[in-house]
Amino acid sequence: MSDMHKGYRGEALSLLKEHGVRVWSDVEVQTTRGAFKGIILPRSETADDRHIVLKLRNGYNVGITVPTITSIREIGYKEAHYKIPEKEFPYDPEKPRVKLFGTGGTIASRLDYRTGAVIPAFTPGELYGSVPELADICNLETEKLYGVFSENMGPEQWIGTAKAIGREIEKGVQGIVIGHGTDTMHHTAAILSFMVQDSPVPIVMVGSQRSSDRPSSDAALNLINATKTAAESDIAEVMICMFGPTSDQYDLLHRGTRVRKMHSSYRSTFRTIGDIPIAMVSRDWIIPLRDDYKRRRSDRNVNINTAFEEKVSIVYYYPNMKPDIIDSLVDNGYRGIIIAGTGLGHVNKPLYPALRRAAEKGIAVFMTVQTLWGYVQMYVYDTGRDIMELGAVPASNMLPEVAYVKLGWALGQTADLEKVKEIMLTPVAGEITEREPHNGYLIYQGGIPEVERFVSSYWK
Amino acid sequence: MPRIVDYGELKERDYLEIGFRSGLEIHQQITTEKKLFCRCPAGDYYEDYHAEVLRHMRPTLSELGEYDGTALMEFKTRKEIVYQLHRANVCTYEMDDTPPFELNQEALDIALEVALLLNCNIVGELHISRKQYLDGSIPAGFQRTTILGTDGWVPYKERKINIRQLGLEEDACRQVSDRGHRRVYKTDRLSIPLIETVTYPDMRAPREVAEVAELLRELARSTGKVRTGIGRARQDVNVSVEGGTRVEIKGVHRIPYIPRLTHFEALRQWNLLELRDEMRKRGVTKETIKSAVADVAATLKSTCFQPIRQALDRGWRVMAVGLAEFKGLLTFPLQPARDLASEISDRVRVIACLDELPNIIHSEMKDSPLSSSEWREVSAALGLRKNDVSVIVWGDPRDSETAVGEIIIRAGEAADGIPNETRQAFPSGINGFERILPGPDRMYPDTDMPPVPLAGERIERVKGRLPLTPWERRERYRKLGLSREIIKDLVINHRAGLFEKAVESLPIKPSLAAVVLSQMMKHLQRKGFPVSRLKDDFLFDLLRLYVRGEFAREAFPDILKTMSVDGKKPQEAIHELGLSPLDEEDVGEIVTGVVSVYRSLQPRDPDKKFRHLMGVLMASLRGRASGEKVASVLGKAMAGKEKGQS
Repeated sequence: MSDMHKGYRGEALSLLKEHGVRVWSDVEVQTTRGAFKGIILPRSETADDRHIVLKLRNGYNVGITVPTITSIREIGYKEAHYKIPEKEFPYDPEKPRVKLFGTGGTIASRLDYRTGAVIPAFTPGELYGSVPELADICNLETEKLYGVFSENMGPEQWIGTAKAIGREIEKGVQGIVIGHGTDTMHHTAAILSFMVQDSPVPIVMVGSQRSSDRPSSDAALNLINATKTAAESDIAEVMICMFGPTSDQYDLLHRGTRVRKMHSSYRSTFRTIGDIPIAMVSRDWIIPLRDDYKRRRSDRNVNINTAFEEKVSIVYYYPNMKPDIIDSLVDNGYRGIIIAGTGLGHVNKPLYPALRRAAEKGIAVFMTVQTLWGYVQMYVYDTGRDIMELGAVPASNMLPEVAYVKLGWALGQTADLEKVKEIMLTPVAGEITEREPHNGYLIYQGGIPEVERFVSSYWK
Repeated sequence: MPRIVDYGELKERDYLEIGFRSGLEIHQQITTEKKLFCRCPAGDYYEDYHAEVLRHMRPTLSELGEYDGTALMEFKTRKEIVYQLHRANVCTYEMDDTPPFELNQEALDIALEVALLLNCNIVGELHISRKQYLDGSIPAGFQRTTILGTDGWVPYKERKINIRQLGLEEDACRQVSDRGHRRVYKTDRLSIPLIETVTYPDMRAPREVAEVAELLRELARSTGKVRTGIGRARQDVNVSVEGGTRVEIKGVHRIPYIPRLTHFEALRQWNLLELRDEMRKRGVTKETIKSAVADVAATLKSTCFQPIRQALDRGWRVMAVGLAEFKGLLTFPLQPARDLASEISDRVRVIACLDELPNIIHSEMKDSPLSSSEWREVSAALGLRKNDVSVIVWGDPRDSETAVGEIIIRAGEAADGIPNETRQAFPSGINGFERILPGPDRMYPDTDMPPVPLAGERIERVKGRLPLTPWERRERYRKLGLSREIIKDLVINHRAGLFEKAVESLPIKPSLAAVVLSQMMKHLQRKGFPVSRLKDDFLFDLLRLYVRGEFAREAFPDILKTMSVDGKKPQEAIHELGLSPLDEEDVGEIVTGVVSVYRSLQPRDPDKKFRHLMGVLMASLRGRASGEKVASVLGKAMAGKEKGQS
């Protein structure tokens, strides 16, 4: 398949070749269902080979079924070239320097109107073209670190990002923004919280839940708020900056180790779990919600520790789980296992021999809770005590994903299980908290009169 | 000179002469259980709501890296958009917080039916597109829309009106209010499936536009699967004249408004072209227009004009704009009571959100609210010369700045003729600025939805059950001997299909079936009986029972009332009303009884007596025997009595 017939295959490709037409040909097509005029568009590679896609004069796209086509006549050729307009990002010596790292999500983009493809805007000039408000906040520098979807982020990218952050801090940047796909943003936020310690400046992760080609996108507002946080806030921690409510009002700054994506599609999907966020941020203000955060400093000192052991896994326990699940991890050379157990941190009895075997093989096993909220407490029931006997260590109120990346980080530093345990249970960046405040668990139940009263009196 | 001509004063050939052309875009909600891309129930509107969401719309860069005109305009308005949510019929899909679910297949079949009735070429595969709307009427900022057919036609007079396309799309929000920088919408209407029929600009006179709109409405209704009621069908009307520009009048709710609206839009365009020529004569162009701007708050600090007084009290700005060589142009008439200044005021209202009227005043006004010395001072502040004019606007600093820009832009556009705009309809027939007409770049593929193939078998299946078109129906009903009045009613009645089925399969008189299904139902509905919710199957059964002689025709209204109010099947209703028909013997007994009761009644005219007794009998029998039968028994009984007496 050449670019000339982009996306077409099989029946459709033969037909195009047979009639001597290609993608971007302006054509008149005769079919048994009537005549159609338009420009042949590229076809999605996952779509079938029975249709040709036309962009009609009225702007609509339609598919024409191959077997109904009796003739195609080329009357013109209109190839499209796409380029994002670049405008020079204005420099203002009074404004702070902010570095934006790109890892792959599209926080700003331009739309290819013919194919619907989203073309990322990333250089300062491109960003200035689509989010000019950024120039009111800072002098922006950008660097593309990776171009991967969020689900393809992994240790290699985490380590690279941590090192890049270290370099920029040494160079004296006043804040760092990291554009990231939202699906695994909380994994990356957690590992960066461990790999980058005592940063003197804010490190703000940001993404969007509605792609930036749509007028209702949250992307521009998230980016503006994240940049403002990086440039102006005195919070020198790794944070996630995403919508607070689904309304266009403000973003929340979540601590990188206590945050989780909680809805597959909502704008306000990120929530601090078991605690409250660090602050609220809008175009006009940053309001701290707590004061125990690490403050911005003027030095350029930071500790970067990128150790990481990849042979670590999370096992999400379910009733009737068989021991072979644990066994196969052991047999495949895994060195650490995080269990997301039920309730206070439990698994069933049939797993016991497998856990014993894991302990005997020197594998680090930690228990977290799949309820997400609350602490592991393995003394309440006999089951818990039995499981601890077998070597599983309760990981307090660490979120399962956070415990997972932390275990990789700990095992990367040492093979000594006692030391691993010490690293795991010593809070580094708020991943374990001493107390859960009364407002750390709020999942209001819709339908209840007082909740409905609340919902109806504030923008959602 | 510009002319203001009322509707009705021009003949069809006058419209031909000015090159009147008009096309229609008809949006018609269709009757489906659920919405187009989610599983919310479709149809009901509510006045109350349970939650609100706030959004802003941000323009996206187009292909050439430019912002679309509409997009830019909406961005300038800096509107806060508030959506009101009712828990019964809005979910997270409509609020753009959940991706779309599968396209509603019921809606697709209805749209396909209409596309076939319109003689369209049916596409092989549907591609869902996103059409951008930055006014906030759709929370996503775009409408999901797709087309099923292109290049169809309908017969009109002795020619064809060509149909550009038939599309299926989601309806937008209902606007609640739009004051200052806040616009409020209800979301109940959002995403109800609707079909959009677009004609070519084939109509040549205002009356033709209304007639074709009516024809297309009949066509949609002939499927029996479209919603009826206020706002369930809305027309956008495109108008242009020779040398003019296509202007879209949005959301016309009633077809009878169309002739006046299109007439006055054609008139406006004609006058705008004359205005353009006048400006050319003076050498003023959009590029060379000379304007001056001055803050005149201090100049007017002791004015008696209340709106400016209030503005000053609020600490707002009062700005004057000088327009060179504009003498006499601001009052150039365009429509009844509307001139170029009205168009400028519209722009200021919509784009700068200065919506308390008057929002501008100018030096050419007849009854100027400023004194001539005040105007002189304003002129001096602007450094105006003899043929220059000034416009004054007031508002908060940002709004007044936007307003000043818009005044200069609209004045300059007059040199180009007719701006590309969508305009809102007023019931009087004139129209006002709504927004800049969107460019062609606002449509792009919806990457959330895969293409939907339209297989030949599906098309054949829908073809197999196509209703008759209105023009076919009219012909057919005429042949069945129905009266013109009933035909008119029945053609657009959603029971027309049922009527046709009944006449084909039952030995029933067409006029009776037609009267029952159209006029009688309408009459009962009006009296408050919910007959519209009766199922077609039940009504068919009812006609079948009638044909079998289970009740007399006089009983139809009572049975229909019982069926509709109590939700009874026809058989049950007949039973409940005690309408099982009486045999000849029973009828004879009752007749004999009545005749003997009334034997003392001795009118001279036996016919009169006969009619009187028929009335008494029919009322007491309540449809348990047919009129003919009662008449024959009564005739015999009266004859017998007379014999007996003699």
